[in-house]
Amino acid sequence: MDKELTIKIGGEAGQGLVTIGSVLSNLFSRGGWYVFSSQDYESRIRGGHNIFQMRIADDPIWAMSDRVDVLIALDRETLYLHLPELHDNSVVIYDGEKIQAPPSGKVKLMSVPMDRIARESGGPILANTVALAATVGLLGYEIKYLEDYLRLTFGKKGEQIIRENTQAARRGHEEALRICREKREVCPFQVRPLDAPTKMLVSGNEGVALGALAAGCKFYSGYPMTPSTGILTYMASKADQFGVVVEQAEDEIAAINMVIGASFAGARAMTATSGGGFDLMTEGFSLAGMTETPIVVVLGQRPGPATGLPTRTEQAELQYAIHASHGEFPRMVLAPGTPEQAFYLTAHAFNQAEKYQIPVIILTDQYLADSYFSLDRPLDPDKITIDRCLLSEEELGRMKEEYRRYALSETGISPRTIPGQSRHLVMADSDEHDEYGHIIEDRETRSRQAAKRMKKEQMMEQDILPPNIYGHLKAKNIIICWGSTWGIVHETMKKLHDEGEDVAMLHFTQIWPFPSRQVKDLLRDRDELICIENNATGQLASIIREKTGMAMDEKILQADGRPFSVQYLFETVQEVIR
Amino acid sequence: MLTRDDYQGTKEAWCPGCGNFGILNAVKKALLDLQLPPEKILMVSGIGQASKLPHYLRCNFFNGLHGRALPVALAAKLANPEMTVIVHNGDGDCYGEGGNHFLHNIRRNPDITCIVHDNKVYGLTKGQASPTSDKGFTTKVQTHGVFNEPFNPLAIAISMNCSFVARGYAGDLSYLAELIKKGIQHKGFSLIDVLQPCPTFNHVNTFRWYQERVYHLEEDKEFDPGNPLKAFYKAREWGDRIPLGVFYLHPRPTIEENIPALQAGPLYRQKIQPNRILDIMEEFYASPGEKPWLRGR
Repeated sequence: MDKELTIKIGGEAGQGLVTIGSVLSNLFSRGGWYVFSSQDYESRIRGGHNIFQMRIADDPIWAMSDRVDVLIALDRETLYLHLPELHDNSVVIYDGEKIQAPPSGKVKLMSVPMDRIARESGGPILANTVALAATVGLLGYEIKYLEDYLRLTFGKKGEQIIRENTQAARRGHEEALRICREKREVCPFQVRPLDAPTKMLVSGNEGVALGALAAGCKFYSGYPMTPSTGILTYMASKADQFGVVVEQAEDEIAAINMVIGASFAGARAMTATSGGGFDLMTEGFSLAGMTETPIVVVLGQRPGPATGLPTRTEQAELQYAIHASHGEFPRMVLAPGTPEQAFYLTAHAFNQAEKYQIPVIILTDQYLADSYFSLDRPLDPDKITIDRCLLSEEELGRMKEEYRRYALSETGISPRTIPGQSRHLVMADSDEHDEYGHIIEDRETRSRQAAKRMKKEQMMEQDILPPNIYGHLKAKNIIICWGSTWGIVHETMKKLHDEGEDVAMLHFTQIWPFPSRQVKDLLRDRDELICIENNATGQLASIIREKTGMAMDEKILQADGRPFSVQYLFETVQEVIR
Repeated sequence: MLTRDDYQGTKEAWCPGCGNFGILNAVKKALLDLQLPPEKILMVSGIGQASKLPHYLRCNFFNGLHGRALPVALAAKLANPEMTVIVHNGDGDCYGEGGNHFLHNIRRNPDITCIVHDNKVYGLTKGQASPTSDKGFTTKVQTHGVFNEPFNPLAIAISMNCSFVARGYAGDLSYLAELIKKGIQHKGFSLIDVLQPCPTFNHVNTFRWYQERVYHLEEDKEFDPGNPLKAFYKAREWGDRIPLGVFYLHPRPTIEENIPALQAGPLYRQKIQPNRILDIMEEFYASPGEKPWLRGR
């Protein structure tokens, strides 16, 4: 990586730091840079200390860096709190007319009268536009890109808003240039647009939602809960265009039961929630298992138990996802690591749910859901196939006998049809039932139906996604991880390689059914196995041990509500392998 | 021409003398009168003796969880508005465990007929009080007698502008069948609370007890189901005289009519085209000129 830069924006909720962050992310992404941005916020609407941080580089990046090069301080707290993270060349942008700066040590302070310029241009609300433009000026990005962007985003809000914002932007930009001129120094970080293609900038939540839209999800219901709410809002924003029914449920219990009802009646259906909401859904989850109704549930993890740290991140619901609900029934648990994986895995989830008539969980977390990633390749709908596995009209027409929703079969999968489509009646029951769907209590039928359901788990092995291997598996040390830590661990591994360490990485995107056979093959005779998880107990490590008998040599765990940093992992892995 | 046999399901497993038999017969009569083909009917139910009713009919059904029939029914109706969706649940099912869904589906107003078999007792779990049990009703749990205020489904539904509110009685079959027919024909959420004696666990609200008290709202020539205040007044009448009939009518648009996505027909019939997401790719580039996602197409 030749060039990289980290910008941190801090302030109170409501000061517009997310706007600054997303506009900058978009501008750089548009200029051919790779961008990774994440948010760190408290569970409150206004006030508090919030951060939007963004790393930009000329090589692909998937994680945050520890160093801060540019700090945009919208309040006094940010200025003092983050000074220790800055280095000799860091620049701080702040409003010296409102905040008294600490005696500057090594860092460069750039005071821009954000509030004054904003008021003179139309109102104090424009302060974030001034800060944005000053940053653009400092980094040597041309103002015209920002002006274009403002016109694009404020287009609908009318000429006056565009005029005021443009004026505030121009003045903020000029001010930054003037300061640089006067101080006779150029900012060490210049990020003029590269001669590289524009990158697609997508969050984990958007990756899931786009995958669902591409796969033909026609019914979505959910109850708002961080960090899954983004999926609900995104689906709602596209509902009319894509012919999706989006319903805000009265609670998560209703949400999952609605998804089951919609799927039973023939629509591909999905819901998204977080741990606490999924608790409420577990009864419905087992209803999907018993009635063999295909559904897709996104479980966006956040730290618990109970309400835990509502806006932060953790990977502590893996064991929960594979065990949730009463009774025994087959399910699938998928865990994407990037928005790109989220896109393809979500589409895959719909196909698998319908093929095996099971509930499928997509396990994400706040870190993946809310972070924005630059994608090298556009998401490609051509790679998505639609496989509904329903009886055709012809097959239904040929059927002489009465349709049996739960007909016994070699594979455990019964032919599926939708009520109202033909003369055949579809009967489903949450009680144990016979092949027709009628309630039974006799032991033979119970055994046969229960065995039929579980049989699907063997069939599911044919579609199992083995873990992805990065680097050479002959390596002495194998780092194992799953889901959202993909980017952080991947970058750590690259860094370790650069330092001459002999490491490879194994990343799981399918946790259940667990790819036991493949893992046994891959890990046979390996020297050192190191599992990295964003939880306190090493949940994947336990599953691997249970399913393969292989124990990890080391576990690197963290459950403080924050994602790992590459620097920390780099140092810890180095320590462990020496 | 459909006959009664076309709706014949499996053999009933209710107690002898159960009010559910009357309700089942009334439902069959209503379906027959309306000549609704079994494959166009979807019955959704929860858990309880009432919820077993769909098994005793020939039609599509989804027999789900206790209290959760309404969310399943709502979504099934949204996925395929061409189906006639009828919900069967008990008083504990619909007003107790499912109370929240009951309230919110009145707000949504899906075109669903919600029949509540209201026997004022928990039968399946052997005789505890239900939300609608009368004060003083003594059980093994309510050992000092019920002292909570009974849930009044009709008054609550009327207060929330439920589009169709009615009460029937399991011992008055042809009148109940007429109410069910009206409920099915009504476009919107139709609540039909059915007084249903439970010979095993409710020895207060018996057939005889009801027989002495019930009367038809039509007897009151002044009564107008378009008037919410009068309807509310009638909904609170309980004791020596208990009114049956359509209490309240408040036609308003259904949730199906309000959802633009449904104008293209039932969801299951809508074509799935993954390529359509290309239409929104631009938003992720913030660059209106270039279209790298269309390269090579």
